[in-house]
Amino acid sequence: MAVMTPKPPVTGAGPLNGPLTWVDQRFPLVALWKSQVAEYYAPKNFNWWYYFGSLALLVLVIQIVSGIFLTMNYKPDAANAFASVEYIMRDVPGGWLIRYIHSTGASMFFICVYLHMARGLMYGSYRKPRELIWIFGVLIYLTLMGEAFFGYLLPWGQMSYWGAQVIINLFGTIPFIGEGLAIWIRGDYNVSDATLNRFFALHVIALPLVLLGLVAAHLMALHEVGSNNPDGVEIGKDIDPRTGHPRDGIPFHPYYTVKDTFGVAVFLIVFSVIVFFSPEVGGYFLEYNNFIPADPLKTPEHIAPVWYFTPYYAMLRAIPPMFGSQFPGVAVMGAAVLIFFALPWLDRGRVKSIRYRGTKYRVWFTLFIISFLILGYLGVEPTTVWGQFGAGVPLIGGDYIALWVARVLTVIYFLFFVLMPWYTANDNERPEPARVTF
Amino acid sequence: MSAIVTDNVDEKRRRLLLIATSAAGGAVAAGVAVPFFASWFPSARALAAGAPVEFGLCAREAGQQVTIEWRGKPVWILRRTPEMLEALTKHDGVLADPESKDAEQPDYIKGPTRSIKPEVLVAVGVCTHLGCSPTLKKEIGAASDMGADWPGGYYCPCHNSRFDLSARVFKGSPAPKNLVIPPHHYTANDTVVVIGEDRKA
Repeated sequence: MAVMTPKPPVTGAGPLNGPLTWVDQRFPLVALWKSQVAEYYAPKNFNWWYYFGSLALLVLVIQIVSGIFLTMNYKPDAANAFASVEYIMRDVPGGWLIRYIHSTGASMFFICVYLHMARGLMYGSYRKPRELIWIFGVLIYLTLMGEAFFGYLLPWGQMSYWGAQVIINLFGTIPFIGEGLAIWIRGDYNVSDATLNRFFALHVIALPLVLLGLVAAHLMALHEVGSNNPDGVEIGKDIDPRTGHPRDGIPFHPYYTVKDTFGVAVFLIVFSVIVFFSPEVGGYFLEYNNFIPADPLKTPEHIAPVWYFTPYYAMLRAIPPMFGSQFPGVAVMGAAVLIFFALPWLDRGRVKSIRYRGTKYRVWFTLFIISFLILGYLGVEPTTVWGQFGAGVPLIGGDYIALWVARVLTVIYFLFFVLMPWYTANDNERPEPARVTF
Repeated sequence: MSAIVTDNVDEKRRRLLLIATSAAGGAVAAGVAVPFFASWFPSARALAAGAPVEFGLCAREAGQQVTIEWRGKPVWILRRTPEMLEALTKHDGVLADPESKDAEQPDYIKGPTRSIKPEVLVAVGVCTHLGCSPTLKKEIGAASDMGADWPGGYYCPCHNSRFDLSARVFKGSPAPKNLVIPPHHYTANDTVVVIGEDRKA
């Protein structure tokens, strides 16, 4: 038990001073408010890239609330799941809106997270002392992928079913244990009612709890070391002796709460336009084949995952089977995600931000982003999209162009990481400024 | 709270007890995790649903395929025409495993037809790549929409794997192996195929 020292009463809350003082004497209310919000000093040169962290948090809340309401009418049962989703869409008052909010939220979550990660890459937000923030962030990304995958099975449409079938079979390719592992994940010889029921449990309770815990850890680590900024300079090095606060820092509240509120307003306009005018977004947010009930005996003509998984899916398709097994492709896909964990230790640059990086890093970074985007596009399309080439050429003749482009881009994707210790070590960087610029 | 005694503490003994307690607790936790882990395996009901299924062959025309469900998976029963059977031996060069040495099939399935009765192919219609169900493209040549040199077979829409009419994979497909032939046998009068069970001695 802590030693009791009398706390000063809460002031500045008008008629609430009394109740808040009562709470503060029993709970670290004022201390938390000050340390995390009102006296958490953030760099004053944040730009629009810094919206996406708070927006991702907003989407998390939207997903939790809309998801809770969806569970009230959804039935995690292979015989009833598809019909219960249609029931929500047609018969439940406002059900269509809740479902479209949830389905749009899923894609918007990934948009925010991808932009948030791109920001971290550009400004070196993963660098010392923020390695743990980055690691928690990658764990959030992994959990989110699981959450999206489990949730996608629940409507029990054709894409739900066959998508799950393909992804679970990825685990089935792991040598020795694969087949047993796939049966263990499904709880059956095929994706079935048992699979749907457990995916429901994972989607609505297990992973959301993990996600909330990780988000808390991500924010606690952030508030321990302080935010990075577009210049990548540490504002904590320049403390004003009169105030004891960083000269280049401003309190999170009210300055960034106001800024983030503006971001929220713009975001919600975009969000509403999608929900009300085009919730399917041309088949990218909600795939058309998923409006057909799951049929275990018939695979749809063209299957592709939802857009946020397609870069990795394109890599999977690009890797040919080796030693009579599809496992190499699966391993490459897994490595493409897991390699993000190593990033803080691969980067040997002397500056953090891309503003002061040298030519080599800029070229590699640009190639990486382009590879990721084109792989994402190729993952949506069938391999035949760009036709064949070089008929008659030995070995690779008559292969699909898109397949070889994906192979080249996969190599570039990995080289961005693998070669990083070398191209960042002797780059023509410019010196960082002493203080932030804006 | 001055009653806490800080002298005469045997740090070694304390650490040993701490490790022993943690290890015992960890073992108990691992033990308790077993039933939770086991609960994810197929239930008794799912295992029962994996029982053999029977299918009457009587009125099947040559060239016709039916798909039945066994263990929740599609099983094809294709009655091949003499032309289809004849074509099976002519494209060994472009097959990844023409002898089906590396394929999952019962011991009594041999040769290019991969069947008990030459004309009846019984195969699990699940691609060995990632589990999609390939489509039958039985027409030979350009009529199949698969190119003029197509000998008849199956095409997987997911990742373009191609198989012949004995469910053997063509070279260059992402699928690593020929499709699975399930254990099956015919009843005494040869009119009913039983899938999921070898012939009883």
